[in-house]
Amino acid sequence: MRSSFKGGVHPPEEKGLVKDSPVVDFPLSSRYYVLLQQHLGAPSRAIVKSGENVKKGQTLSEPMGFVSAPVHAPTSGTVKEITRMVHPVTGLLGPCIIIDADGKDEWLEGLPAVRDPFTMTHDDLMEAVRSAGVVGMGGATFPTHVKLSPPKGKTIDTFIVNGVECEPYLSSDHRLMLEEPDRVLNGARVAMKILGLEKAYLAIEANKPDAIRVMEQKAPPEIQVVSLKVKYPQGAEKQLIKALTDREVPSGGLPMDVGAVVQNAGTCAAIWDACAAGIPLIERITSITGRGIVQPKNVRVRVGTLLKEVIDFCGGVKDAAKLIFGGPMMGIAQFTSEIPIMKGTSGVLVLTEKDTNISEYSACISCGRCVEACPMGLIPSTLSKLGEKGQWQKAAENNLMDCIECGCCTYVCPARRPIVHFIKHLKALSRSAGAKSKGA
Amino acid sequence: MRQVIYALMPGALIGIYFFGFPAIKVIAVCMVSCIGFEALWQKVSKRKLSINDWSAALTGLLLAMNLPSGAPWWLAVIGSAVAIIFGKQVYGGLGNNPFNPALVARVFLLISFPVAMTTWPQPRSFFAEPTDAVTGATPLGALKTAVFEHHSVTAAPHLNFMDPFLGNIGGSLGEISALALILGGIYLIIRKIITWHIPVSYLGSVALFTGILWGVNPDVHANPSFHMVTGGLMLGAFFMATDMVTSPITNTGKLVFGIGCGIVTVVIRVWGGYPEGVSFAILIMNALVPLINRGTRPVKFGAVQ
Repeated sequence: MRSSFKGGVHPPEEKGLVKDSPVVDFPLSSRYYVLLQQHLGAPSRAIVKSGENVKKGQTLSEPMGFVSAPVHAPTSGTVKEITRMVHPVTGLLGPCIIIDADGKDEWLEGLPAVRDPFTMTHDDLMEAVRSAGVVGMGGATFPTHVKLSPPKGKTIDTFIVNGVECEPYLSSDHRLMLEEPDRVLNGARVAMKILGLEKAYLAIEANKPDAIRVMEQKAPPEIQVVSLKVKYPQGAEKQLIKALTDREVPSGGLPMDVGAVVQNAGTCAAIWDACAAGIPLIERITSITGRGIVQPKNVRVRVGTLLKEVIDFCGGVKDAAKLIFGGPMMGIAQFTSEIPIMKGTSGVLVLTEKDTNISEYSACISCGRCVEACPMGLIPSTLSKLGEKGQWQKAAENNLMDCIECGCCTYVCPARRPIVHFIKHLKALSRSAGAKSKGA
Repeated sequence: MRQVIYALMPGALIGIYFFGFPAIKVIAVCMVSCIGFEALWQKVSKRKLSINDWSAALTGLLLAMNLPSGAPWWLAVIGSAVAIIFGKQVYGGLGNNPFNPALVARVFLLISFPVAMTTWPQPRSFFAEPTDAVTGATPLGALKTAVFEHHSVTAAPHLNFMDPFLGNIGGSLGEISALALILGGIYLIIRKIITWHIPVSYLGSVALFTGILWGVNPDVHANPSFHMVTGGLMLGAFFMATDMVTSPITNTGKLVFGIGCGIVTVVIRVWGGYPEGVSFAILIMNALVPLINRGTRPVKFGAVQ
């Protein structure tokens, strides 16, 4: 096992609810809600009109820029309307294409287009990934083709498949690696071919011994399976690179600055589907879990499915106190379940009152626990105090932008201060001020 | 906060055992007035009432433990007002005060009412016949006098280890028993309320510094074990210097802070005008906390080397 990184916390893993549940297919819905912005970067623009018939896998939108990604029809049917609905990540209304399914679930002509990606050219592979709308499926949703095309002057020597899944409760990557190891490994090999690399790591946290065993049996010699110490946030990109290579991504920099590219296990599977069959990213595995769910499950679900339907599929909720998109550490609390599953939805958590701690926060007494826990070497307490006053300029001097929003500080805070919430607020203030000054 | 109050119980009970009813009175007056002044201030300044966070109660108990058991009620009330209003609330309340409120009050009282603050009833059993309390010097006071007048430590009474270790000495009502305070301190460390950094670096530097002086000239310097168990050192090292609000935020900073407290304490005890320097040492180091925090910032991930 490798040494790890500084800071971090050990929250209860809570994986037991779903880690041993095989993935079940969610049945076809009658209606899908495909958000146009399911990735980090520039939005995408709809290229279909309401009333138009679409086929499964058909491109619905075009990316507006290089750092952007298209979305695709999850099934065949009719575009009901192009409207706005609650976006689970921003909390605002976001543009959305509503598709009424015709029940036939017919592929677009020519799909799946089975082929051997290892005979394809670099440019064809890149185009396959880009046009399939593949984005980071661990939650950050950074467009994958951008990560796979380092600018000239950056030499990449390390490719890492991220199967760490350090977020408590969630098991979607775990089940994927157990049940479909070949999709993950083959996708990794395609990514290595695109990057021109001979070797790669597949990192898995030591609390998934079954996945480690399967991967060690299946992995080709050029992919080294590494078992990592259980510590949150071991799966955060920068911490993962540090643990595997002892290189630190410079502040404000990207993994490619230290020669590394990291792709989530689910993303690798999506790369494989895109390159070996031309299939766009229209479905994913997601863990519907938490003690507030009657029957927690790992579900293979189309992107655009209404969360409410998926929860009902899992027996509905009981004693539900809090609904979270994602895991308990980094996830985003929701006020409604009338939101669609997205490309980056690795899990949905419903917590009971007993599992939550909804109470008022009190004054910071500078105990320093957040400083010890911060894996980025920041002083979260200072940022939280500045957050209360909205002083984003001062926060920027205190390394605001280095925060990865992992939630370790909030987890350890004895005053129950919502530190990450304050930090996100400061970042938003700083961004809107930046946008204003640009516009002026 | 409540955990710290529990941890102070052994020390407080030893004080009550040796000083009897007057000690109970001082503790009660301090705690009630601190809570009262906090509520009053928050009412007058139209802030949210926060006496249920136990911090005012804790300040009251700490202040009481820093007073002589024979302190008159008005002294305790004035001290409480100074601690809560000038030690804490004027800075914006909990979390914003640069100095330990109880120590601000102790030093204020020591300077303003030197006689009342240095009249030390001698210990007796709680069950002993009630007689007029006999007053006398604290071991550190006796040491200072002996060194000053006779240039020799041997002239000082109480120059042993066991009496101050158990608490059978004159002194502030909550600081007489090193043993009881160490037990409370260990409880705080086990419960992860405080970390070991400040107590260990503080006590370690006092032991080291007084050890060197004793090694150089044992005639005019008391041995380190005596220094360790007397005065406010244990109360200061485990309960006052570790106040999170007024101590550095990183572990490295806490070590620097503890060592600084140790050095200033010994300098005052050995060369200063006062027999004891713990309160001043902690307040002086409190003032340096922003500087220490600046100098001991954690190295951020990916900082340019």
